[in-house]
Amino acid sequence: MAEPSTLAIYRRLVAAQVRSQASYRASFALDLVSNVVFLGADLLAVLVVFYRVPVLGGFSLTDTLLVFGLSSLGFSLADLTVGNIDKMSRHVRTGLLDAVLIRPLGVLWQLLVLDVGVRRLGRVCSGVVVLVIAVRLAEVPVTPANLLLLVVTPLAGAVFFSAVFVATATVAFWWVDSGELTAALTYGGRDFTSYPMTVYGGWFRHLLAFGLGFGFVAYYPALVLLDRPDPLGGPAWLGWCGPLLAAVAAALAALVWRTGVRQYRSTGS
Amino acid sequence: MNVIEAHGLRKDFTVRVRKGLLRRESRAVAAVDGVDLTVRRGELLGYLGPNGAGKSTTLKMLTGVLHPSGGTVAVCGLTPVPQRIQLARRIGVVFGQRSQLWWDLPLGDSYELLRHIYRVPAAEHAARLRRCRDLLELDPFLDTPVRQLSLGQRMRGELTAALLHGPEVLFLDEPTIGLDVVSKQAVRGFLAELGATGDTTIVLTTHDLADIERLCRRIVVIDHGRVVHDGGIDALHARYGSQRRVVVDFDTAPAAVPTLPGVHLEATAGPRLTFTLDGTASVGALVSALSALGGLRDLAVTEPEIEEVIARLYRS
Amino acid sequence: MGFVTATADRLTIRNFIETVGIFRTLSSSGFRRFSTYRQATVAATATNTMFGFVRTYVMLAVAGSAVAAGGQVAGYDAPQLVTYVWAGQGLIGVVALWGWTELADRIRSGDVVTDLLRPVHPVLGYLLPDLGRAAYALLTRFVVPVAVGGLVFDMYLPQRAATYPLFAASVLLAVLVCFAGRFLVNAAGYWLLDTRGVLMGWAVCAGMLGGLYFPIRFLPDGLAAAVYLGTPFPSVLQIPLDVLVERDPPAGQLGLLGIQALWAGLLLTACVLVQRRAERRLVVQGG
Repeated sequence: MAEPSTLAIYRRLVAAQVRSQASYRASFALDLVSNVVFLGADLLAVLVVFYRVPVLGGFSLTDTLLVFGLSSLGFSLADLTVGNIDKMSRHVRTGLLDAVLIRPLGVLWQLLVLDVGVRRLGRVCSGVVVLVIAVRLAEVPVTPANLLLLVVTPLAGAVFFSAVFVATATVAFWWVDSGELTAALTYGGRDFTSYPMTVYGGWFRHLLAFGLGFGFVAYYPALVLLDRPDPLGGPAWLGWCGPLLAAVAAALAALVWRTGVRQYRSTGS
Repeated sequence: MNVIEAHGLRKDFTVRVRKGLLRRESRAVAAVDGVDLTVRRGELLGYLGPNGAGKSTTLKMLTGVLHPSGGTVAVCGLTPVPQRIQLARRIGVVFGQRSQLWWDLPLGDSYELLRHIYRVPAAEHAARLRRCRDLLELDPFLDTPVRQLSLGQRMRGELTAALLHGPEVLFLDEPTIGLDVVSKQAVRGFLAELGATGDTTIVLTTHDLADIERLCRRIVVIDHGRVVHDGGIDALHARYGSQRRVVVDFDTAPAAVPTLPGVHLEATAGPRLTFTLDGTASVGALVSALSALGGLRDLAVTEPEIEEVIARLYRS
Repeated sequence: MGFVTATADRLTIRNFIETVGIFRTLSSSGFRRFSTYRQATVAATATNTMFGFVRTYVMLAVAGSAVAAGGQVAGYDAPQLVTYVWAGQGLIGVVALWGWTELADRIRSGDVVTDLLRPVHPVLGYLLPDLGRAAYALLTRFVVPVAVGGLVFDMYLPQRAATYPLFAASVLLAVLVCFAGRFLVNAAGYWLLDTRGVLMGWAVCAGMLGGLYFPIRFLPDGLAAAVYLGTPFPSVLQIPLDVLVERDPPAGQLGLLGIQALWAGLLLTACVLVQRRAERRLVVQGG
């Protein structure tokens, strides 16, 4: 599969997908707009909470907005590229999976490309805007290290969330009706990472922040950017662990996916 | 040379049966239960069976979609599942009820995309497309988005899509399902021509027996996952006791009717008599016996309907 | 004359019995149909539970911060917010906040025409199975998150006995309002080619203004009142939850139920009117 033109094939497939979706002009525009509104709803929830209280888990509004911005940009990038994989159950049911299996290309890449959610571009754009505003409000010092972290963190978050999307969608190979279960860790993970980890208590925080690694998506990098020590006692370098964690998550997701495809082929369901 | 070689091919599915409120039992059901199938290069094979007999499952194992639970299978000398990508370049597949075209794009765009997916040299691709455009008359709707095509147009489009990379074997799963008479004929005519060249091996599943009579010299029938017939249509008739029918009109109803071995009088309606003949009985003997009675006005022999034969086969 | 009247009376009684029979059959069909979607129910309940944890911790942090400042948040204390979150997660499935596209799908495929052939008013034909579905969801999707929340966190239990029947009535009204809202959004498919945008708008509004992401009372008072009275969304989720956690005195609870009843009546009437227009359109244009 390492032939040089494989990438070019996928590029063509993505372009075809963009043309397909743009052919429904009105609906496309409406979708773009409502995706912006969706992010607005999440943001509003944060703002309303801070309308009632000045601090949350020891963090001010501006600090929380930085965490929120990092998390939502990473999530919306993942949602844009692989978010549609949560339709796996449908692909299994409608037989799209079979159609993909008879083509001479990788199965996962084809499924991702065949259904890339171009209209979710709106969420990415508003995610960038929110992050930029949050960085300004929190008065993050402009240093090369901080700029690097600001670029790397959403990308690592995107890879991490993509891995979560793929791994949870794979459940559909065993369990065709699992549609909503995916949302528990994808959308649930996004909600979890939108707030400082100090908000969560006990085993729940340990499980999600460290066990599953959601703490490294936005919280620890935000601490570095804010130049704050971790109230939970973690060292500062944790903020730079995002990319490593994303790589591990991607590898695990690939493994789960392969197992799932093998399972599908031996059971046909 | 054999293009497809399958021995003892089987596929078990686990079915969960509800027993009571909470208890559930898992049971293995064989969808394909030890199928032997060899297909030579250039053959046009009809693969028949009632709904749920295991036709599609067999096809999925031959094309590398599903992993067999048992037995061996080789297509074009390759083992389908581990060598899926190599195999994909050498076979073409049309599933009658699902599409491999890009729903919202003009039909022609799908062909351009498929050219890249299968890495077909531009000249080869253009030559094959030109041939399909002529034979299947695609030109009027090549620029129409696939979602706006009629079923017949779409099926012609699907056939073309499956052939543009020059596959050695073409698998067709119910390609004429739901088509009108004209479209069916177009598809059949095209397949007949494709089969006649002898370059492409074709495996066809269908419920439409006209497809079989028109296209296939060899048919394989499966039922409950097992092959119950493998051979020509004639062999099927002989084996399942197909009956020819002779209808004779006399000037006036004859007083006595001759009795011959293997010949039965089915009906008498005034001066018209209807006889059924077993596979071995001779029409000639009956005709000469009848003409000896005198007053014979008209006589017609009808060949057995394949539909009846297959119906009897499925029921048995 | 007497004879005719008698016949009419008998017919009416029989009609009534038949009608009751149809009602029972239709609503239990909804119950049975959803009880076969076992995997989907488990998946959805697990997801609701996950969100329950995240939202509870956020709300506890909010309450903690408010206590530090010396008071409640918008009239709720910590245990009330815990109950609010978990019962809210449970109610999502009962009212079927999102994801009902059956009518829109049937309009697109043209199957909706067969609804007119049934001996039941089409709005009832959808409402009754929906009530059966809600009953099933109450036993599964409501009970599980509330039980989990109760085991892990300190939950507020109603102090007044009257709150329980009031809550039950409020949930029933919430199901009616939510059904009517979903029906109307789906019915947009009679006039629009693509209803995805409208469905998405409903999903955003129902979640945000329904009180799922944060209690609407968190908003400035004037704004909150405007949302309660001016939109049907709080009637879908927020009001039953307010009733359950006794956010308001009994008179206030009754007032909230009144708002719900108003919206239920208004929206169901709108459903009937919209259905009539749609039928005329179907008959005149032949679909």
